Amino acid sequence: MELLTDVAFLSRFQFALTVIFHFLFVPLSIGLGLFVALAETRYYKTRKAEDKAATRFWARIFTTTFVIGVATGITMEFSFGTNWANYSRFVGDIFGAPLAAEALLAFFLESVFLGVVLFAREKISPKLYLVSTWLVWFGSALSALWILIANSWMQTPAGYDVLPDGSKAVITDFFGAALNPSTVPRYLHTVDALLILGSFCVIAVGAYYLLRRRTPEQIAYGKRFIKTGLITGIVTVVLMLPFAHMQATQVAEQQPAKLAAMEGQWEDGPVGFALAGVVDEKTKSSTLLELPFPGFTSFLATGDSSTAYPGLNTVEKGPVDLTSYKGVAVDSYPGGIPPVNVTFQAYHIMVILFGAMVLWLILAGVLLRKSRDESRPAPKALAYLLVFGPLIPFLAIQAGWVVTEVGRQPWVVYGLLKTNDAISMSVSAPEILITIALFIVFYVVLFVAWVRIVLGMIKTGPVLETAEAAAAGATATKANADRKGGE
Amino acid sequence: MPYIDPTLMAPTPLQAIWFLLIGVLLLGYFILDGFDLGSGGLYPFLAKDEQEKAFVRRSIGPLWDGNEVWLLTGGGALFAAFAPAYATAFSGFYLAIMLVLFGLIARAAAIEFRSLGDGLNKLWDAAFFLGSALPALLFGVAVGNVIEGVPLDAHGDYAGLPLIGLLRPFPLVCGVISLSQILLQGASWQALKAPVGSALHQRSVALRTPLLIVVAVAFVLATALYFGLLGDPHSAQGAGLPLLFRAVFAVVFVAGVVAALLFQRKGDDLWSFLAANIAPVALIGISATTLFPYLIPSLGPGPSITVASAGGTELALTCMTIIAAVGVPLVLVYHVIIYRTFRGRLSVEDLS
Repeated sequence: MELLTDVAFLSRFQFALTVIFHFLFVPLSIGLGLFVALAETRYYKTRKAEDKAATRFWARIFTTTFVIGVATGITMEFSFGTNWANYSRFVGDIFGAPLAAEALLAFFLESVFLGVVLFAREKISPKLYLVSTWLVWFGSALSALWILIANSWMQTPAGYDVLPDGSKAVITDFFGAALNPSTVPRYLHTVDALLILGSFCVIAVGAYYLLRRRTPEQIAYGKRFIKTGLITGIVTVVLMLPFAHMQATQVAEQQPAKLAAMEGQWEDGPVGFALAGVVDEKTKSSTLLELPFPGFTSFLATGDSSTAYPGLNTVEKGPVDLTSYKGVAVDSYPGGIPPVNVTFQAYHIMVILFGAMVLWLILAGVLLRKSRDESRPAPKALAYLLVFGPLIPFLAIQAGWVVTEVGRQPWVVYGLLKTNDAISMSVSAPEILITIALFIVFYVVLFVAWVRIVLGMIKTGPVLETAEAAAAGATATKANADRKGGE
Repeated sequence: MPYIDPTLMAPTPLQAIWFLLIGVLLLGYFILDGFDLGSGGLYPFLAKDEQEKAFVRRSIGPLWDGNEVWLLTGGGALFAAFAPAYATAFSGFYLAIMLVLFGLIARAAAIEFRSLGDGLNKLWDAAFFLGSALPALLFGVAVGNVIEGVPLDAHGDYAGLPLIGLLRPFPLVCGVISLSQILLQGASWQALKAPVGSALHQRSVALRTPLLIVVAVAFVLATALYFGLLGDPHSAQGAGLPLLFRAVFAVVFVAGVVAALLFQRKGDDLWSFLAANIAPVALIGISATTLFPYLIPSLGPGPSITVASAGGTELALTCMTIIAAVGVPLVLVYHVIIYRTFRGRLSVEDLS
């Protein structure tokens, strides 16, 4: 019950709740945005009714998802001021600029051209319409860049000075701060993960159509979606190897406490690679099922399996001099370790799920092969597995962010400001309890509505031009009649 | 009561420019999101059947999302340029800000989901109305509180009662101004977009003049309260801009009201809409020239937050200026594209 009066805990709980919810929809919209643009590119070339219908189909699912991303994103921007006032005062000189830049340079682009994509099909030239679909996706990828710049600065601050009184960090080098050591690896790792998610969703919709086999058109869409998703899925999963490697190496170099927590390493020495395990934080020990290659993580990070990293026991008490660890690029660490078991498990769940993604892509390939003969129904079990496939990258993305954010604790700005010192002093626990309750109610309603609407759209599937034309003809006739009546 | 400020430093030119730019961003928000918030706030009164409701939603459908980005940009710019003011206002007005937030979330979902026929029409209609009207009211209450000044502690945090402490007479009248003004913009927009001769058009036209009168009366009342009840604290402080600045914007306000009234009487929907957007210029102008060089004046015990005390470093503001110099022209181009694409009155074909 003590937690219910603890403003720091409640603020963190509310942030975790709202950011996880926000990040269910953002990955999906950035992931699917690419497929809207790809579908329209295809239609631009073929001018076939079924390709136009496919663009419309994906654009509608994209929009439904995007709008929740937008709405819940306002929460995130506001929350820095409402619940993290001390944080805002400390980092405003550096952190505010990327947020403003996101809105100005990316968000306007995305929002305005989405309006065009949704409502202006018949009002503008095909070329401008095609450009609009790409601009929407480009805007969403650009918006991710600015947000990840801001987040990366919290992980690996650079290009700043702290004022002598310790009251705030001020910027000294814009590009140093924006392109801090973790920005590029984090961006590539994150955006690639979102595209994997998009690919899995496209495959899942395709598998669903092969499962239902309502009309020949749906079967054709099913095969096409699986094919598209499979191609982008293979490309993005392969790209994930170097991107994930870059990110892990960056953590090893810059955030030794996080690395030690990820592998549950208490003592100094080379870091192995566990497949699974349990960390007991009370006895400060880990039970690990390790790969039979000692120092594998050290090897991955530096090419040398004997490279020693500081263990949790070392980094817990600060300040720690890190100059003797040659795999670590930062000179010192002021101390403190994150919740170790959570970080450890989240990391290993993410890695195992990556393995599952590779397997699922193989399954998608098998399903595609087996459905070459359209007269025979697709193998049910296989199709079902693929229909639920998006859960894998969804969970992996959330797990990855848990590693990133929980692994950074107890710091909100790594090594500079503790999370518990970042709260709003003028907000009381009852006020946060009220808003947590409201968030839960609002977000449950949004989630249920979104699921119902998107499932409905998928069930209906892409609607062909002929039906559209007939419907449009009917309304046009009615409108003319109305107008005559009005005159 | 005089504002507490032992060290009223002069702002640097860049800090002053950013004070102005944030005013411009908020003005952009007021004008552009104003008509779509106002359309939502009038939704149950203007639209009586399914087709009329669809017209109101469609009139803002392609535009509202981009309009709302002005708020996010203004918020982000305030965070970047004057972080202590952002922190104090958003945490101090916690529950009020959260109500605005829940309103914006509800209406966003409502606008997109309502037309998809998921059987929750009543819920989405209510969400669209409340989610539009509530923020429209609370924006004015918030600005009124900032102008009147709030209790701040030594750390710069709000030291008054949560929410209830903000419901003072002057800010509440400011809330009435913002609500009625935004509804006026909404009615003027609907009159501009609805098919001529439709019941929707007639209702919109009929509401314009009464709303304009409410705006004007509330403005007179707020002015009377500010000088009578509060005793023009900003002039009393001796640090603010000369009263002349505010007087100029007051003249602009009156000119806007007169112009809107004339165009409304003439039945010119386009010019009525444009004239309805003069008042936001005047209101933001009066608020900014009243406040400057304060951002959040303090009634004690701690010091006020000023443009100079809260302003970011010269380097941060220079970077922001470059970002704005690249971004703002692009944003204006996007707006020209989208408002040109969706110009003109709606017809039934637009609803398919």
